[in-house]
Amino acid sequence: MRMASSSSSSFSSASMALGDEKPHVLAVDDSLLDRKLIEKLLTNSSCKVTTAENGQKALELLGLGDGQHTLNSIASKVNLIITDYCMPGMTGYELLKKIKESPTMKDIPVVIVSSENVPTRIKKCLDEGAEEFMLKPLQKSDVNRLRCQLTKFSNPHKGMLCMGR
Amino acid sequence: MDVVVQLQRQLADHTASLFHEGFLNDQFNQLQQLQDESNPDFVVEVVSLFFEDSERLLNELAKALEQQAVDYKKVDAHVHQLKGSSSSIGAQRVQGVCIPFRNFCEEQNIEGCLKCLQQVKHEYSLVKNKLETLFKLEQQLIAAGGSFPTL
Repeated sequence: MRMASSSSSSFSSASMALGDEKPHVLAVDDSLLDRKLIEKLLTNSSCKVTTAENGQKALELLGLGDGQHTLNSIASKVNLIITDYCMPGMTGYELLKKIKESPTMKDIPVVIVSSENVPTRIKKCLDEGAEEFMLKPLQKSDVNRLRCQLTKFSNPHKGMLCMGR
Repeated sequence: MDVVVQLQRQLADHTASLFHEGFLNDQFNQLQQLQDESNPDFVVEVVSLFFEDSERLLNELAKALEQQAVDYKKVDAHVHQLKGSSSSIGAQRVQGVCIPFRNFCEEQNIEGCLKCLQQVKHEYSLVKNKLETLFKLEQQLIAAGGSFPTL
């Protein structure tokens, strides 16, 4: 069993299936090597991928940066956020908190990945609402599992932000 | 055709030895399995990133450990990154040296750190050499009209 701990839910908070649409994943990691790896893992699993090199950039992509509006962001399309834990500046945990504080983004599942198996760290992330905590390096089997769980989940805000406001 | 068979054998032997001698672990297999026609240079690209990362980090480590007042947090941060990238491509022996290296950082043990730096530099140059040979063999095989199966 590669995972450090089991998930807290099965992503199935909505009964809508994704149908033919590819899930869109936002992957956050300060290592270019790891971004390249996660991107390939995800595209090989038929996911659309956007990457960000730090928490700040991730928030901007989600329209949660200072003074931003989510209207022109990818926020309405993202089905999953995968973030590294150890990043300079904003850690994955801090990013998780910001996402969970956002009324528009809090329902998007967030998965934390780390090279270190630290029980207190894992608990902290799960308590803050992370769907899962996974160990690096991620493998095809990990992504396959995430992918299966994703097909049961659909971003409840998909389509809503497109209505004129 | 004989040349192709010969090269295939050389490549297989070389790859096998890399695993037997612990230079690479299963993560490298994972990388090879990710490669496909849409991205035929994937492994080379990722390993090149590893080379770039490592060289930069080894330089930073040497500089940081030369300082009068060593910033062990900084040294540890660099080693953590090196451990991460080596683990991502399956460079097992490089990754292995990073573990005692981080312990020495925590203990603020300069001797231990310097020794680990030497060791990690050594392991890095060994695996770099062997990976470059692997890629060269692959190129020769393709040029000779053959192909290599992904493990």
